[in-house]
Parts: sequence; structure tokens; C-alpha cells
Amino acid sequence: MANDHEGTNPRAGTTVEKFRDDNLPGPGTGIVQTDAVENPGFEPFRARVSDLDPAKARANERRVSAFFIVSIIGSVFAIAAYIAFPIVDGDPGTIHLNNLLLGLGIALALLAIGFGAVHWSKSLMDGHDLVEQRHGTRGTEATRAKAVEVFELGNKESGFGRRTLIRRTLIGALVVSPLPAVVLFRDLAPAENPVPLLQQTMWAKGVRLTRDPSGTPIKASDVTIGSAFHVIPEGLNESEHKLEEKAKAAVLLMRLKPQDLHVSAGRETWNYDGIIAYSKICTHVGCPVALYEQQTHHLLCPCHQSQFDITHEAKVIFGPAKRPLPQLPITVDSEGYLVASSDFTEPVGPSFWERKL
Amino acid sequence: MSTADAAQTVEPTKGQRFTGWAANYVDERTSISGLVKELGRKIFPDHWSFMLGEVALYSFIVILLSGTFMTFFFQASMTPVFYDGSYVPLKGIEMSAAMASTLDLSFDIRGGLLMRQVHHWAALLFVASIGLHMLRIYFTGAFRKPREINWLIGFVLFVLAMAEGFTGYSLPDDLLSGNGLRIIDGLVKGIPIIGTWISYLLFGGEFPGEDVVGRFYVLHILLLPAILVAALGVHMLLLIINKHTQFAGPGRTNDNVVGVPIMPVFAAKAGGFFFIVFGVIVLIASLFQINPVWTYGPYDPSPVSAGTQPDWYIGFADGALRLVPPGWELELGAFTLSLNVFLPTIVLMLFLLVVAIYPFIEAWITGDKREHHIADRPRNAPTRTAIGAAGVTSYAVMWGAASSDLIATHFKLSIESVTYSIQALFFLGPIIAYIVTKRVCLALQKKDREIALHGYESGRIVRLPNGEYIEVHEQLDEYDRWKLVSYEDYKPLMLRPDAKGRITNGQRLRSRASRWFFEDRIAPVTRTEIEKSKHAEH
Repeated sequence: MANDHEGTNPRAGTTVEKFRDDNLPGPGTGIVQTDAVENPGFEPFRARVSDLDPAKARANERRVSAFFIVSIIGSVFAIAAYIAFPIVDGDPGTIHLNNLLLGLGIALALLAIGFGAVHWSKSLMDGHDLVEQRHGTRGTEATRAKAVEVFELGNKESGFGRRTLIRRTLIGALVVSPLPAVVLFRDLAPAENPVPLLQQTMWAKGVRLTRDPSGTPIKASDVTIGSAFHVIPEGLNESEHKLEEKAKAAVLLMRLKPQDLHVSAGRETWNYDGIIAYSKICTHVGCPVALYEQQTHHLLCPCHQSQFDITHEAKVIFGPAKRPLPQLPITVDSEGYLVASSDFTEPVGPSFWERKL
Repeated sequence: MSTADAAQTVEPTKGQRFTGWAANYVDERTSISGLVKELGRKIFPDHWSFMLGEVALYSFIVILLSGTFMTFFFQASMTPVFYDGSYVPLKGIEMSAAMASTLDLSFDIRGGLLMRQVHHWAALLFVASIGLHMLRIYFTGAFRKPREINWLIGFVLFVLAMAEGFTGYSLPDDLLSGNGLRIIDGLVKGIPIIGTWISYLLFGGEFPGEDVVGRFYVLHILLLPAILVAALGVHMLLLIINKHTQFAGPGRTNDNVVGVPIMPVFAAKAGGFFFIVFGVIVLIASLFQINPVWTYGPYDPSPVSAGTQPDWYIGFADGALRLVPPGWELELGAFTLSLNVFLPTIVLMLFLLVVAIYPFIEAWITGDKREHHIADRPRNAPTRTAIGAAGVTSYAVMWGAASSDLIATHFKLSIESVTYSIQALFFLGPIIAYIVTKRVCLALQKKDREIALHGYESGRIVRLPNGEYIEVHEQLDEYDRWKLVSYEDYKPLMLRPDAKGRITNGQRLRSRASRWFFEDRIAPVTRTEIEKSKHAEH
């Protein structure tokens, strides 16, 4: 019985738990004894139509077989579709058709087997519920005693408990032995310290700002007020570690009216006539801050919605980012092309522990 | 053949002789007859909700099959190549070999796109069905003794499934998966002290490097599946040892299992159900496109599209990141502590930790050391159900937060107001869900009690001789009533000194927790009450 726990419960209402030697699970501490309703026992079995009417049973038999035959048809159809609807080079429609017909054939073959088997089990196989007794999960007392004896014998014959020196040195050896495996993983990354790498980019004095991805340089006169350019440093496309460099050096170039910019002390020369360049890598977790709202001069990160105000040196006005986007100091060279006057003055991208070292 | 002959030994047919010979051959070498004897007629109880775990198991098999097919074509390499396949818009574009081979698999291998889509849909279904399976276990209390360890193993399977999902999502090395990795890089870098180095080791240098796809590939197809299969094996083994729980019903007790035997009914039903799950996945994969990497293009750190979203099961983590208010980053001397990144990570870990250890918390509070094989109806454990509803709500809020930008654009709201609302909901939602759920459970219990004692409304109106109209209530039969009255009853612990006459702080905490758990309760109908109500009506 579901509610069956024997007798009274002397420990109910205390928080004391004791291990009981008998095989029965101990009653819990907060369990209430009631005169619970008695389990009425099994309901009488209700026969199905196919149990009573042999004609219905035969109809179900035919139905199940029909499912299995449909399955064979589905498989054959899938093979036929594979051959009859090949992928034609340069015609995306054929990929769609191949995918669709092959898939429908296989799906039909599988579903029909499934429906057939389930229908068979529900309508024709014996419908009586059967009962199996449960036994407590713990082993019998005899088994447990035997298990304890096995450990005791093992301990006695080896002296594991008695010979403490052996035991302690063994545990020590086992603890230390995986350490070489940990050390082995050091060379997952190159030998050099990552921190200086994270603190520099390809930008340097005189490196031209070029369009992403073509790499053509940008003249200051090309940048009209209100426009925005996706920028990479000159030579990035030829660099050996192109993606790694781009992941740090990607820049967004915009031009505002100079009087709209709030330039702080020390940054007066970082813009060129209202043309400003900011790192495109979000200071939150590194997504490209690719969305520029021309009207409000806000940059929006599409990943976690941090917003940066370009008129106030990309300071964070909303979202989980903390630091402003780093500004790239720019000027023009003798031919009128925009160039960097130096690298960024702080690490770009997501914050990391040693950022200020 | 006459009936008299049939009663004697029947000459076996050729087929029967062969089967007999083969069975004997195998048994003499494996003694497998013992296993068949033990398990062949094992009983499985039936309920629709018991299928959820089956769906998870079967979709995992589908994942293994479709994934194996793809390994024959996929190249887990980030070596740059120039794409030269049949998808014209990307012809001549530089991309990694991983991306190029994914495109080849999609556009030049017949059935390749189908297998990719089967794999992806099955993976989504896998995580979803594990989640629902866990909710079923939770809300019916099926994690109680002796199944706490199996709950933990199931939890490990859930985490492994998400890890499998994320590593697999990263393999095609397209723009979306690269951005996903970029976020992981940012998350890892946000871990204090060791974050920078972990990211450096993971990516084999600076992000993105040329190693991560190969490494994730090994995790995705070797290490994680190996652990997953092993844990799944133990999960199934413990299921056999503990036997399945069953809902209360006439004749069903804590000491028996009522249902159908493995051979033949359960085997046919479950085997058939495997084919149905497989078939439905293939049907979806042939009709609905998923993860069209060719429209995103190869990974490039610079572009990103608006409305980027992870697969659904990573959403709650992404949403948690979005909920942090501005400015949560500290500078401790020369070091930077990115609370805006690290704190959500901690919150998620705590959330998962509570999920993992909940069975032990509840066992401690109730002090119940008995084995439980009857699944609770959720209403009959109001506090547990309410806690579960609060947990589901906080998960749902974080998950919804991952779509804050889409909510804003679809409903023409500002992203700020959407974010502020979700931030408020993160704290208020679970509390509201807790209170409402608890009250609903208690109300449902009251309704059950009412029906068990006084029957249900029959809809038959009778006019009494004195002119009064009454609706006749029909009594339940004892089988139906049993389902309403057969549940466990607990009461709050009384704080009492222990054997040594002390009251410890642990005991104080426990009795407070016990009061919180069981203070509001509706006791099950008793035999005496039923007798009384019978007398009252006659």
C-alpha cells in the first residue's frame, strides 16, 4: 500500500535520525499517520474489441501489415528519389527537391514502421496489466554482511588499514601522478605571454585606414558628414594572421560636425576635422559593434545591446558594457589619406584580468 | 496433424530447429538466458509523460547516426581555402576548410543537407526532451529515494547535451558560430586571474586562431559522446535496478510495478516509438530549413547581423549576460574584475547547482528516508511544485532576455524599456510564480477533497417536494476516488532537543525549512471522513 508505514512513529516531530537494523526503511521525521483510505485493488479488466471479435482482430492484423508495406514503399521511394532527383551544379532548386523527396521517403518508411508496431502492440498484443513486486533497493542483510566480510578480508590480507606508511605514500603517489598530464596541456597555446599580444594591434603611426574588406585607402574628403566606414589597417589582407589581427584592429570611422564632439583633454588631435575612429570590438564580450544610428550618433552592439555615445567619446549609455570603445588617434598624410597617429592607447575588446598591466 | 499428435511432442519446423540451435549456441558461450529470464518480462508502467525520456534517448540515437554520416565528409580544419563548390554566391571566397566542407556537404552531396538538418533538429529535440523529462521527474517527485543518484546522472547528461550542442554549433565556422565563439572568448576572459590564459590555451593563441574547430571537433565527436554514452548506460542501469515509478492508481502500491512486460508489448511500443521519433525528425528536416550557414558566410571578426541568436538551449546564458546594468566592472589595483561578465556566469552556475542538488535539499527538509515509487501529482506537493514553477520562470525570463532585441523590434518598443522590464521580471517573476502556483495547488487539492467526499456534479437537476431545486451529486467509485486520496501527508517538524538535550542551529534551520514546506497543506481524505460523509447523505 502506498501509504503503508507500520505502527506508530515515535520519532515523528524530532530531527533525530537513527539507523535501524531491521530491513525496513525508517519512517521520516515529518510524516503524519492517518487512517488512510484503503487501496481498492485492481479494476476489472475491460476487453478490447479485437479481444472479443475475431473479425476485428483480423482487420487490425491487415492494418498493421499495411503499415509495414507502406514503409517498404517509402524506402524504395527514397532510393528512387536519390537517383531520379540529383543535384544539378548551379541549380539550388535541385538541392531543395533532393532534400525534400529523399527526406519524405525516409520519413514515410520510418513513421510507417513506428505506427505499425505501436498499433500492433495496442490492438493485438495481450492487453492485461501485469504486476511485479518491488524489493527494497538495499541488498539483503546476508549480502551486506558478506560484502563487509570481503572488504575486511581484503584489508586483513593486504594490511591496507594497518600499514599506514604504504597507504599514505600510495595515496600521495596517486594524487601526484595526474599532474604531468595537466602540464602536458601547456603547449595548447604558444610559449609567449598573451597579455602583451592583447595590448597591441596592427595600428601604428602612419598606417593608412582602408576599407573593409577591399583594403583601399580612404581620403579624408571621401568621408562626408553622417557617413560611416568599416575600416581595417592597410596591409591586413596580406598579413599572416589575418583573422587574429582583424579581431583586434577592426575600426568604425564616422564623421560628425566638429562642434557635436565633446573632446576631452589630451584627445584634441585624435580626430581630423570631425572624423573619428573607434574600435569596433565591443568592450563587453567582443562582438562587433556594427550598428550605427546616424541620427542619435549611437553605436549599438547587436549581441547584448550595449550602446555607446559617439559624441561623448563612445561612452556607455546603456547595456552591460562598462568601458567606452577605445578611440584610434587619426590624422591625414601628405596625400590626404587618413592614417593612424599611433596604436590604440589601451587594449581593445573584452576586459581581461591583466588589462592594465 | 490431429489434436492428439499436437498434444505430444510436435516435430519442430526447419526454422524452429535453426532458432533453437542458434539460441543454444549463443547461450553456451554467453549464458545470456539468465539475462533474458531476468529482463524479458520486466514490467514497465504506462503514462504519456514517461515518453519524454524515451524521446531524449531516441533523438540521441538519431544524432549518432546522422553525425556519423557527416564525419565522412566534414573537415575539421581552419586552414584557409578558396571555396570552389556549386553554391555560386560564395564561389572564390576565402574561408576555412571546415566551412567549405560544410558547404560541400550541403550542396554537392546528395542527402548531405538532409543529414545536416536531421542532426541539427534532432539536437534541438534532444536538449528539449531532456529538459521536459527533468521537469516531469521534478514535478512528480520521482527524484526521491532511491533515485537521487540517477537524478544527478541525468543532470550531467543535460549539461553534456548542452556542451555537445554548443561545440557542434561552432564546427561549421560560419559567421554566426564564430560570433558565438567570440562571446565564449569574452566570457572566459572575464574569469578572474586565470581567464586570459584559459582563453589563450583554448584557442591555441589569440582569438580566433586556427585550432579551435579541430579541438571542438574532438570534444564533439569523441570525448563528450563517450562520457555521454557511459553516463547514459549508468542512467539506464539504475532505471532497471530501481524500476520505474508509477502514478497512484487502484491496485498500484509502493511495493509493486503495474504495467506491460518488455517482451513483447513494451518492446513493440518503445521500438515503434523510436521509429516514430526518427520519422518525425526526418520529416521536419525535409520540410524546414535550419542553420543555413551559406547565408551567413564564413567567419569574419568585423561584420555581424542584427538579431543574432544562439540555439535555444544557450539562450538562457546569453539572456543572463544582457540583463546586467551598465558599469559593473571593477578595477582592483592593476587588475580588472569584469563583474558584468563574471557575475552572470556565477548566477548560471548557482542555478545549475541548485537544480543538481535539489533532491538532497528536499530529503533533508522532509527527513523522509523511505523509498518512494509512487509519482506525486504535482498539486499534492504544493511547495515543491511552487519552487519548480519559480525555477522555470527564472529560466524563462533569462531565456526571453536573449530575445530582448527581437521583442523590441517586433512590438515596436524601445530596447531600454524591454530590458528594464525583463530586469524587474527577473526578480519579481519567480516570486509571483511561486505564490500563484502554491495557491493553485492548494485550491486543486481542495477541489479533489470536495469531489472525493461529496462526489461530482452530475448535471441532473431535481425538484424536491418542497419546491427546492438541487443538483444531484454522483459519488465516485472507489477506483476513481483512490486517485484523489492516495497521497503522502507531512507536517512541519517540531523543534525538540535531541538525545543530548541540545538544539543545534542545523535543527533550527531544518524546522524552519520544514515549516515553510508543510505549513500550508491540505490533508488527504481519511477513511473516517468518507464514512461520515456517507452517513450524512443517507
